[in-house]
Amino acid sequence: MTQIVMSGNSAQSYAALLARVQVIAAYPITPQTTIVEKLAEFVANGRLAAQYLQVESEHSALQSVVSASALGARTYTATSSQGLLLMHEVLHWASGLRVPVVMGVVNRAVAPPWSIGADHADTIAQRDTGWIQFYAESNQEVLDTVLEAYRIAEDPAVRLPAMVTEDAFYLSHTVEPVDVPSAETVDAFLPAREVRAILVPGVPARLGSFTGPIEYVGFRRDVARAMERVLPTLAAVEEDYARRTGRDHGGPLPTYRTEDADAVLLTMGTATTTARAVIDALREEGHRVGLAKLRVFRPFPVEAVRALAASVDRIGVLDRSFTFGPTGAAAMEVRSALYDASPRPLVSDFVAGIGGRDITPEAITRMFALLEGPEPPELTWIDLAAPEASADG
Amino acid sequence: MVKLTIPATELVRPGHAACPGCGPALAMRLLLKGLGPRTVLSMPACCWTVIATPYPTTALGVALLDNPIESTGASISGIRAAVDALAIPDVTVVGFAGDGGTADIGLQALSGMLERRTNAIYVMYDNEAYMNTGIQRSGATPEGAWTTTTPVGGAGRGKPERKKDIMGIVLAHRPVYAATLNPSFPEDFVRKAAKAREIAGPRFLHVFAPCPPGWRYSSEETIEIGRLATDTGVFPLYEVADGHLRLTRRLSSLKPIGEYLGRQGRYAHLTPEERARLQAEVRSGWERILREDASGSPGGPFSSRSSHAATKGDTVEAA
Repeated sequence: MTQIVMSGNSAQSYAALLARVQVIAAYPITPQTTIVEKLAEFVANGRLAAQYLQVESEHSALQSVVSASALGARTYTATSSQGLLLMHEVLHWASGLRVPVVMGVVNRAVAPPWSIGADHADTIAQRDTGWIQFYAESNQEVLDTVLEAYRIAEDPAVRLPAMVTEDAFYLSHTVEPVDVPSAETVDAFLPAREVRAILVPGVPARLGSFTGPIEYVGFRRDVARAMERVLPTLAAVEEDYARRTGRDHGGPLPTYRTEDADAVLLTMGTATTTARAVIDALREEGHRVGLAKLRVFRPFPVEAVRALAASVDRIGVLDRSFTFGPTGAAAMEVRSALYDASPRPLVSDFVAGIGGRDITPEAITRMFALLEGPEPPELTWIDLAAPEASADG
Repeated sequence: MVKLTIPATELVRPGHAACPGCGPALAMRLLLKGLGPRTVLSMPACCWTVIATPYPTTALGVALLDNPIESTGASISGIRAAVDALAIPDVTVVGFAGDGGTADIGLQALSGMLERRTNAIYVMYDNEAYMNTGIQRSGATPEGAWTTTTPVGGAGRGKPERKKDIMGIVLAHRPVYAATLNPSFPEDFVRKAAKAREIAGPRFLHVFAPCPPGWRYSSEETIEIGRLATDTGVFPLYEVADGHLRLTRRLSSLKPIGEYLGRQGRYAHLTPEERARLQAEVRSGWERILREDASGSPGGPFSSRSSHAATKGDTVEAA
């Protein structure tokens, strides 16, 4: 193991290197670009023996790795925002063909207006495509989760594509120390992909095809069942990873100071770190507050959310996107998971940090004030106004 | 006794779902005779999606991957990358797409595949409209042709625009090999497919593929109509290897275009004046091909086509 100070984007690239990916497709988009740049360096200087495909669009980027994966190659690509939206059609193909493609996504706002700031709307808009979705809090978590994602995606019980996301700039372009496991450690954890007979040259067979309704519903149900096996597989894979590296990121919904909490805030991505500090401060003042980090959005960890709800009265959800439902997307999932819960906690949604707006400690403090107040609203947009100009700035 | 040059092996199986007289079905049959059983096909939404028959059956004796309509070029780049990464021996990677999936919605992925010099064969089977969806005009539909979206009647005179010059677009990318193929000339067809297989680098085959229901003719006339297409100069047969164009069916004179147009209901509305305009168009296209054949390089209206030979260094694969 070595410790390297690196960005979240480099963590993606190092993970792909350690996973010994065989086919990479690259198309630039801010703020993803440095991921594929670093991979181009690894390939050029001989550290990574991969086919590096320079494609002409994100649609082709995903298509080329899907097709490569169908023949048994371990593949990697990465994108952001508009690029992910362009891939939407092929995202469905990836899950339907059951190819274990792993992709890095740097969460960035969707145009118009143009914005390169952090926002989860790009990946939230892909929640219905049959992909496993991980949201990372730190650069370390990015690296570890990409490696775990390959194991899960390639597991015979799963065979689904996975995306590992990181917040634009907060992770993608911010450096922090990352423990990089040795090649030996990763090779033992993640051996070469066992090539299964999906598409074999010389063997007459068809992958994709078309069907009548009876077969079609069966294929969709198969994907749904595979999705149900993701969280048990994640538990086993994380345990193995922890045994080898000493790091465990705590499953799909790790919690912080929730044991005796009355009110818990559920976060995704980098807002978690800020929220943790706010919770420590509020605890000092006597508030019984806690935190739950939604690390896996697909499959949605319904059981973990129900277990959390059994001991708390109020759940705040921080949605770093708004996709024009009645509330933010995470809040809708939480509400759906808790409809049959008894007792059923109150759920209050906070939309914050979209388009790269900072989620400050003050903003999270306000969320808790609303959440602990007499009538927590169903939905609150935090920080609609521009911040007050400070004296020094 | 005549020596047959066409392999007897059939890789299109009985029971496929094509219409009687289907040009694309013949095209696939001849193509795979030239390419062999180690072919991996990637195919977008097109007539052949249906012809190949539904899950769990397949009408093809080769491995087949379906892909979305616009991404065939990218798909074969990915397949080739995997074949190379996994060192799978003796694989011919082929994209097989219709004219809409190639010249319209798939043009970007085709251009990308040619530009990054993917070692694969891209086949466009050209039935000159969106036939699988029921005869809507494509960029490859010829001028004057009736389709359901270029109706005839009132002001409608069939497709007002000219056919997109896909070979011109492809040749501007300087592929190692490009050719036009017509199932009505099976020896030439299979020879070109087999030749393409033995060359490494980006290759493109433009396949003429008559469609009885779409072109409005009786299904037993496919071969005859195909022969007329070439012999009237509508679909000349040639190949371009390393930037050198060579006619593979030389004609002392062109048959009048009326012999071709008159056999198809899609052209039945054309006036003598409209036919004369199409005849002039075909003649000038044929004369251009003759000039290029004589000079040995594709010229055409774009100077880039005459000044660029194919990139050297694309090696010929050992047979």
